[in-house]
Order: sequence, then structure tokens, then C-alpha cells
Amino acid sequence: MKRRSLIKAVTLSAGLAAMGMSWTLQAAETIKVGILHSLSGTMAISETSLKDMALMTIDQINAKGGVNGKMLEPVVVDPASNWPLFAEKSRQLLTQDKVAVVFGCWTSVSRKSVLPVFEELNGLLFYPVQYEGEELSPNVFYTGAAPNQQAIPAVEYLMSEDGGAAKRYFLLGTDYVYPRTTNKILRAFLHSKGVADKDIEEVYTPFGHSDYQTIVANIKKFSAGGKTAVISTVNGDSNVPFYKELANQGLKATDVPVVAFSVGEEELRGIDTKPLVGHLAAWNYFESVDNPTNQRFVADWKAYAKAKNLPGADKAVTNDPMEATYVGINLWAQAAEKAQSTDVDKVREALAGQSFKAPSGYTLTMDKTNHHLHKPVMIGEIQDDGQFSVVWETEKPLRAQPWSPFIQGNDKRPDYAVKGN
Amino acid sequence: MSKAFYTLLLLLLLPLAAQASEGEFFITAKPTDQARLLQNWAAQPDPARLALLSALKQGRIGADDSRKVRLNNRLRGLIDNALASHQLLSEDVAVRLAAAQYLQKSAQPAQVAFLDRRLASEPDKGVKAALALALASLQLGASEPRVRLAAVRLLGETGDPQARTRLETLLEPGVESDSTVRTAAQTSLAQVERKLLIGELLGQAFSGLSLGSILLLAALGLAITFGLLGVINMAHGEMLMLGAYATYMVQVLMQRHLPGAIEFYPLVALPVAFATSGGVGMLLERTVIRHLYGRPLETLLATWGISLILIQAIRLLFGAQNVEVSNPGWLSGGLQVLPNLVLPYNRLVIIGFALAVVLLTWLLLNRTRLGLNVRAVTQNRNMAACCGVSTGRVDMLAFGLGSGIAGLGGVALSQVGNVGPDLGQSYIIDSFLVVVLGGVGQLAGSLWAAFGLGIANKLLEPQIGAVLGKILILALIILFIQKRPQGLFALKGRVID
Amino acid sequence: MNQPLLVTATRKAGPRLSLAIGTVVILVLLALPLLSLLPAGHSLQVSAYTLTLVGKILCYAIVALALDLVWGYAGLLSLGHGLFFALGGYAMGMYLMRQAAGEGLPAFMTFLSWTELPWYWVGTQHFAWALCLVVLAPGLLALVFGWFAFRSRIKGVYFSIMTQALTFAGMLLFFRNETGFGGNNGFTSFRTILGFDVASPGTRAVLFLLTVTLLLASLYLCWCLTRSKFGRLLTAVRDAENRLMFCGYDPRGFKLLVWVLSAVLCGLAGALYVPQVGIINPSEMSPTNSIEAAVWVALGGRGTLIGPLLGAGLVNGMKSWFTVAFPEFWLFFLGALFILVTLYLPKGVVGLLKKRSQS
Repeated sequence: MKRRSLIKAVTLSAGLAAMGMSWTLQAAETIKVGILHSLSGTMAISETSLKDMALMTIDQINAKGGVNGKMLEPVVVDPASNWPLFAEKSRQLLTQDKVAVVFGCWTSVSRKSVLPVFEELNGLLFYPVQYEGEELSPNVFYTGAAPNQQAIPAVEYLMSEDGGAAKRYFLLGTDYVYPRTTNKILRAFLHSKGVADKDIEEVYTPFGHSDYQTIVANIKKFSAGGKTAVISTVNGDSNVPFYKELANQGLKATDVPVVAFSVGEEELRGIDTKPLVGHLAAWNYFESVDNPTNQRFVADWKAYAKAKNLPGADKAVTNDPMEATYVGINLWAQAAEKAQSTDVDKVREALAGQSFKAPSGYTLTMDKTNHHLHKPVMIGEIQDDGQFSVVWETEKPLRAQPWSPFIQGNDKRPDYAVKGN
Repeated sequence: MSKAFYTLLLLLLLPLAAQASEGEFFITAKPTDQARLLQNWAAQPDPARLALLSALKQGRIGADDSRKVRLNNRLRGLIDNALASHQLLSEDVAVRLAAAQYLQKSAQPAQVAFLDRRLASEPDKGVKAALALALASLQLGASEPRVRLAAVRLLGETGDPQARTRLETLLEPGVESDSTVRTAAQTSLAQVERKLLIGELLGQAFSGLSLGSILLLAALGLAITFGLLGVINMAHGEMLMLGAYATYMVQVLMQRHLPGAIEFYPLVALPVAFATSGGVGMLLERTVIRHLYGRPLETLLATWGISLILIQAIRLLFGAQNVEVSNPGWLSGGLQVLPNLVLPYNRLVIIGFALAVVLLTWLLLNRTRLGLNVRAVTQNRNMAACCGVSTGRVDMLAFGLGSGIAGLGGVALSQVGNVGPDLGQSYIIDSFLVVVLGGVGQLAGSLWAAFGLGIANKLLEPQIGAVLGKILILALIILFIQKRPQGLFALKGRVID
Repeated sequence: MNQPLLVTATRKAGPRLSLAIGTVVILVLLALPLLSLLPAGHSLQVSAYTLTLVGKILCYAIVALALDLVWGYAGLLSLGHGLFFALGGYAMGMYLMRQAAGEGLPAFMTFLSWTELPWYWVGTQHFAWALCLVVLAPGLLALVFGWFAFRSRIKGVYFSIMTQALTFAGMLLFFRNETGFGGNNGFTSFRTILGFDVASPGTRAVLFLLTVTLLLASLYLCWCLTRSKFGRLLTAVRDAENRLMFCGYDPRGFKLLVWVLSAVLCGLAGALYVPQVGIINPSEMSPTNSIEAAVWVALGGRGTLIGPLLGAGLVNGMKSWFTVAFPEFWLFFLGALFILVTLYLPKGVVGLLKKRSQS
């Protein structure tokens, strides 16, 4: 193995030297890939596990012989939940480390911060988190869900008999762009289904809000007016106090179900889930999905967490953004193999239509034009063991609509990637 | 209609069908059929079915059957409803009463006939009243005006938010034709609204008190380390965090070694958290802070460095994710005071706990030798040293005490919110504001400031939202400090540099 | 301590040496943007990464200088300078957003289905008015806050906590989407400034040069101020305000002037920072950032003017390096650094250098 790669390295570097490029031996042996996730600061809570998942996936790819015969070499940096630092670090990854691709970002603002850098330097970013849409850059591949791949099916489920046939909707979110846009789309969607404005309540809380007494009291009051469902886009840390307050004030899932778009297995690790049984979450993947690919994926992850002695390894769980990271890296590796190169333009071309058998049990395909994955939608109910049981899912993966038809003016947007959009 | 549904009808027509087979049938039916089945059971209860329904509530079809039934929220609601219906046939008065109260919220029109019959045969007065109320919500749609009138009057006596909605629907134009019923409905509506308003106001006051108690617990340790010792302790938040993590560790260890007493783990966690935070505090005082007395602004920088280190250390040890700290049984749920007012037990306990900690701290500072020494050292270090007080030791103990109290606060905070490495960061600014607003060095000041801020916050939140409310409060504090630079309770004196 | 440390340090170290080092640093800073214009692949070429990184640190250095003016000389530790910095940045950001949006509304407003600009956005399409805002927004806020605070003689810790509350309130306000500044996402995706592409090497070089110029100008201004009688008065305010009052001076005016000046400097730094890093968001107002600025000053040595510049450079340089080299441990280094500096270097790095040259 070692000898072969050495021979390859020598021939390659000779070839490169002949091309007049001054690459070092080191650079020829490996392909550098950047990992841009916050390891400190407020977002570390969500992003740390994505970094570990990315490292595991890279290990797996390397164990199979790497990409185009070269090993992948991860370059991990810590943008420390600081948005200007995200831009600085991505510039560093692209110009100093000369990485072939970057996997990273969680919040929309971090993506918005690095976007101009990736477009300027023609880099490649894989973004693994569900988001608000309204963006389509040629330099980004979105492996998380667009609103139509998460929010709208969830509301359709709540409207159905099985979902409780909700008549009133309490849209609760943290005040930033993802909840705002999602709720705007949902409101338009609810209008189209004949729900009047008086039956929709929209409330936002600041980041890190921890006192939900007033809001839960308001939900109670609102729910007296008819069968109510809460659609929660509450972010990260605020979920624990919110769910604790719900349970303690006696609002049960049978009375007022809460469907959350940002609560997954990882978040539930920090909550005692017994009082939450029956509340819902909408994602494109759950750890409990039963199929051979997922069983192997979960087992690999648990083994990796144990082997690397990650904190809380005995309770390691997988979740949707982790699956999206895993799928994204594998798709990129496949595309680089297909293109026989890691050149951004060639890989981008090869990615269109690339598909991968994902742990969700579906074969996910990268759309030919719009840089988003086709994803299935699943609604899961929280179980008392911190897992979800899938109560509803789409029949096949849905194509993403990054430009939601429920937002005015989007009908004029092109459905392919354009710079500066 | 599906084949299953015909089988279902057949089944209902067979009164002799064994209960076990009903369960078998349920587990194989489609969700829509299951729902219909449950609705039928709710309308025509059969005492023999009680065991099946109780098992279904647990997600099984029999006590000794290990198969799981896949339920959704709709089915769970219907099971609860059917179960309540069946429990009305129980011998136990308390069970009947609870069932009747449950049905007040969830009774379905199909159950009218059954409820009517039960009402007629119910011997107990309390249960009878509860049943009448449950029936009243359904009777608003009755054809006879007399029945509707009685129902409307009965609803007026409740303070139930749902009664308001029902009465409002009745009063919508074109719904109620009978004018007597309309007037009665208007009176009832006004009655209900008045009761609801009382509940709401009490709820607001309670949430203000609760928020105040949390602020108080968060700030109390700081009132000592900053208020008395003059250390701008930016690592105070991390002392809270350490207390919360100590709670988590106690919970984990007790789960492993003492699962029988797990209910009482928060009580065990109190001394552990006090010792952990206090110990770390004393260590910090001896190694870093003692070199910085008299240079308050520099303690700010050093303690901020300490806080960075503590956060990252916890992050490496326990992971960046939040850890699970669950409320034990006696801290879960709440006390139903009024139909629209539930006081969560954890919040009630925290209010009491906060007051107890304040009292203890006050006693410690004002009634013990240590307290005397602390006050002496903080008022005049040199004079105290001359009188033979070992100032170094007192400093260390006082700092340990402040940190330990912060640890106690951490135990309480772990019962309402997140336990994660960043826990302290979200409380540090509020804590400083409480201490400064109350007047540095004044325990009573901190008490009033915490409750004042809590209540003001909760009064503003429904009017202008959580964010603007908080901004307004901050602006008010800034203005207030202009007026009274020494805080609410200023020390009187003519000290000048 | 009563004399500006810079003066004594220069005197002690020998004016020639200091002058030589200073000149070299300035020349390097001036050469950087020119070198960045060299074609890629040239051995002397300075990458855009280095240029933006140094540019960012220079902006922070201006903040450190401004903070040193109020803390080191007038004894007012502000934990809210991030607010003034961000306000300047937002004012510039408004102009840049209008440039990017052309005739229409900025993208985040169309997102929220707003149909017209809020009143405070009026005129921001003009560069001149944006520049006025850069000065006016932080300046007026500082004036109002300072006027109230100094009138009721708030000082010391109280002043610090109040400024912290102020910047915290500002952060919450700007996080709200309804406030009309893009909420959490803030302003990004800038295109042009005065018609030039913000990402082009030429624009970058000019912005960098402007930052260096601003830094030198403010350093000179602060130096003159602190060496004048005004500077002596400020030091007197810091060391014994009451005695100064007994001497018949009214310290309020001096404090207010230096406070507003410091805020305006921060605003200008923020305005140069935004086009260089390409994003402004409310987290710039978070109290943590302002505390960090105080750490730069303390690390470099307060009351020295040069020290804070060193401090800002050191801390940020280390941050950029550590976050790559030891992503999981850099907070330990940073934390330990703060503790060690406060314990063993009460006068900062400059104090250490001075001691060295004396012995």
C-alpha cells in the first residue's frame, strides 16, 4: 500500500514538475479537504459532531483506497462560532491549504459569510443542514433539506386525520432568518389550505431564550380555541427549557402536538424525553430507520466514537445533519472519481445526477441543475428512549425547491445555480 | 369501506366476543379503523374492556403481551377518552371524578347518551357536578332551548378557557336563535372571562416570581464575590455551570449505584455542588485572585481567562453537547390551581429554595464569626488584619462561600434549563445587573432587584414581546443607575478617595 | 505613571531604536498592499488572505487604541466599545447593501416582504451620508450615554457594567429582524464600493492603506492629546478625580470629549472593517467581544498607546494561528494568557520591554 502510493506520488510529482508547478511531495500524496465547523463558542454544541462525522467518513474513504488513488487529508479549523472568522478561515482553507473541497457551516449566517469567498475563489462547499432556501450558488452543494422537503410535508401531516386534524397553528421560532422564512412559507401554504390569519399565531424569541413561561401560557390560551398544533423552529439550546415548561404546565402531545424542525437525536440527548413522548419532528433521516445501510452506518459511528474516545461516546447517536454530511462527502468522492480530478469545475459537473445509497434507506440523487439533494421526508414521534419512531414518510425522495413558490417573486428565479444569488 | 370495517361492525354486534380477540383485532386494524373502534368503545363502554384500554394506554394489548401497538397522537387521545368513559363505571369515586373531569375537556357528541345515563344514576355529588359540566359543553348544540339554557348557565360557573370558546361560538351571529339563551350566554361569557382574567394575572405574577427566583439564585453568589470582595468575577457563570454539572454527575452515579433513591438526587446534589464550586472557587482565590485585590478591573480580565479555560475544560470532558438532567417525579408536572393556571412544581420548589438560600446566607454573614470577619475584612482590610483577623483565610473562605452558593444556584438552574458548557454565559450579565441594581454589598438589595427584574420582565413580555421587553428593561436599568449610582440600597457614608 | 508611558519608554529605550523599529513597521504596512498587487505566483506576492487578516487586525488595533484612550488615560473601562465599532460598521454596511441592491430594496428586506425602506435608511445610498452616519451614530450615542453617566458621576465598575448592559441591549435590538438591519444574518454579499468591486485586489489594497492611515492618524492624534495639558488632566481624572475637582476643574467635559472621540474612532474602524471582512452581524456587539478588546489593551499595556496596538496584534494573530494549529485547545492558551498577563505583567508587554531596556 505504502509502496504503491509512493510510486504514484513520485510519478505524479514528476508529472506535475514537468507541468511547471512547484508542488511539494506532500501535496501530491494526498488530497486536502477542509472541515469548517465551530468547535468552540455557541455553535459547538451542534457542529462538533459533524466534524467527527466528517473525519469518520474520510477515514472510511481512505480505508477503501482514497479518491483517485490518493488519500484524503482532512484540514480541521475552528471558526469559533464567529462569523467573520468563518470567512477568514474559508479563505485560508482555499488559498493557503489549497483544499479541494470544504465541508462545513451550520447556521445560515455562517454560510452567508463564506459564500462571497467561495464564489470569488471558485471553491466548493458542502452544506449539510436544513435551511430556508432562497439561495442557489454554483459553489455550494446543499445536502440538507429545503423548506419543501421538511416544513410543508410536516404541516400536511398535521392537517391529516392521523396527525390530529389541527385547525389552528402556533408558529414558534427563534428570531433569525430560517424560522422567519419557513414561517412565511408556511403561512402562505396554510392560507392556500383555507386557514385564516386568526388561526395562525407567529411568535419569535431571541437566541438563547430560556424562560418559556409566558409563551407556554399563550399556547395554552390559543389552543382553547380549537385543535392546535405548534410548529417549532426554536433553535438549539432553547429547546430544553421550552419542552420542560410544556411538560410541567401539563400540555401533552395528545392535546397540542409540537412538530419541531430543529430537534433531532443529538438535541434529545440533553432532555429527559419521558414527558415528551408523542411530540413530533420532521427530518429526512432518523437514527431509528430500519435498513441494513443505516444499521451499518450507526454501528460504524458508535464504534468510531468509542475508538476515538469522543465525549459521551457510550451514548453516541446519529442525526439528520450527520447523515447529510456523510452523504455529501461520499457524493463528492464519487464525483471526483468520475471526473478523475478534484478540479472544482469538473467535480461540479460530475456531481449533477450523482446518486448514493443513503442510510435513510433511499438512494439519494443530486439534482441535475439545482445543487440540492432529492430527499425523502419523514415525521418521527419522540419515544421515551430519546429516539424517534417514524409515523409517516413520503413515498419517494422529493426534489428541492430552493426558491419556494410561496414567496413572491420567486417564480422569476432560474432553477439553476447563478453566482451572487 | 374496507373489509376490516365490516369485520369491525360484525364484532360490535357480537356482545359475546372475547376481550382478547378485541385486542387482537385492534392490533391488526388500520389506524382509521382503530380510531373508529375507539370512538365506538367510548360511546358504549363495557367494564370488561377496561383492562384492554389500560394496556393500550401503555402501548400494548395486554398486561402479559409483549407486542407493541403503534400509536399516534390521535389514537392516544381517543384511548384516553375511551378509558375515561370506561372509568365512569368504576366503583372508586376518585377514579370516577377524575374521569368526569377529563371528559369535560374531551367529551364527544357521540357520548351524550351515555353521559346522560351516567348522570342520572351517579350517586356521588361531586362526580355528578363534574359530569353535568362535561355534558354541558356537548349540550350547547341540543335542540331544546331549555337544555341549552341550563348548559349555558352551568358553563358560566367554570373558569375553563374552552368554555369561553364554546360560548363565543354560540354567540356568533346566526348560531343561537333563542334570545333568553343568548342573554344567558352573554352573562356566562362575562363570568368566564372574569375568571380567566384572574387566572392570567396570577399566572403572570407567578412567572415573574419564578423568573426572579432564578435570577436571584444566579446572582446570589456574585453578590458575595463581587458585592463583598470586590472581585469582578467573570467566572461566576462557570461556577453555576460547575454546580449544574455536579448535579449531572450525582444523577449519573446514583442511577448506577443507588437506583432506589434516584428520586432524591437533587437533594444529594446540593452539598456536592456546593463543595465542587466552592472548592474550585477557593483554589482560584488562592492561586490567582489573591494577587489581584485592590485592582478590581484586572480581576475582570483574569477571571475571564479562568472562565474560558473552565468552559473549554468541561467541553473536552463532557462534550460540547448538553447533558441530560431530568426532573425527578416530585419536580415534574404542576399544581392545577385554576383551569387556566398550573404552577409547575419545579418552579415552586425553586422559589422556596431561593428564599431559603438567601436566609441562610444572611444568617451566615450576620450571625456567625466567619460572617463578622468577612464584613470586617471587606470594610477595612488593614484594620481587620491589625485586630488579628487572618485576612487571607477569610478571603479564601468568603470566595469559596460565594462560589459554593453559585454551585447551589447551578443545581436549581439544572432543573429548569439546559446543562451545557455555555450555561454560565447566559446568566452572567443578568447576574451583574441584579447585583449592581440592588446595590453592591447588599443582600437585601439583590433580593429586591432580582424579583423586581423578574416581575417587570414578565409584565412587559406579553405586551411587547420577549426581546423588546428585555431591551426596555436594560434601558430602564441604565436610567435608574443614573439616578441612584449606588443601587437600590446604598450604603450610607461619606467615603471619598 | 503620571507621564504617558510612551514618552518615557521612548526616552529610555533611546529614541533612535524606537524610531527605527517604528519606521520599519510602518514601511512594511505600507508595502503590504503594494505587494499584494503583484501577479500570483510571484515570490514576494502577498496573498489576499494575509492582507485581509492584517487589515482586520489593524481595525482591531484602532479599537484597542480608542479603548486605551478612555481606559488607560481617563480610567473609564468601557465594556461596550464593540457597540460603537459595530455601529460604524453597520453605517458603512447600509451603504454597501444599497450599492449591492441597486435600485431595489436590500435582499433581506424583500425576504421579509417589506415594500419600502425604513426612515433611518434614507440617504444611505450616498457615500457621503454613510460616512456622516459612521461618525454620527456612535458619536451621538456616546454623547448621550456619556452625558448622563458623567453627570451622575458613575465610574469604576459601575460604568463598566453599564456599558456592558448598553452593548448587550444593542445586540438584542439588532438581532431582531423587525429592527431592519437584517437580524442575525446581518449584512453580507457586498458587491461594490463607490463603483469599485469590493473583492478586487485594487480595492483591497486601497482599503488597507486607508486603515493604515487611519491608524497612524489616530495614533498621532492620541499622542498629541495625551502629551498636552488635556492629557495631564485626563490622567488626573483617572488618579484622583475628587482632588481635581477641588482644584476647580470640572472633569465632566474632559471625560465626555475623550469618550466621544474614542467612540468615533471605533466607528471609523468598524467602517473600514466591514468592507474588508465582508460581513457585519450583531454578534460584533456581544459583550464578549468588548471584553476581548479590554484584554488586548491590558495585554499590551494600558496607558501606553503603543501597547494596545501590540496587544491587539498579538492576541488576534495568536487566535488565527491557534484556531488552526490546536482547534480544541486554543481557548486554554487564550485563557492562560489572560491570567498570566494580569498576574505577572500588570503593565503589559510594553512594561516588560521597558523593564528590559532599563536593566
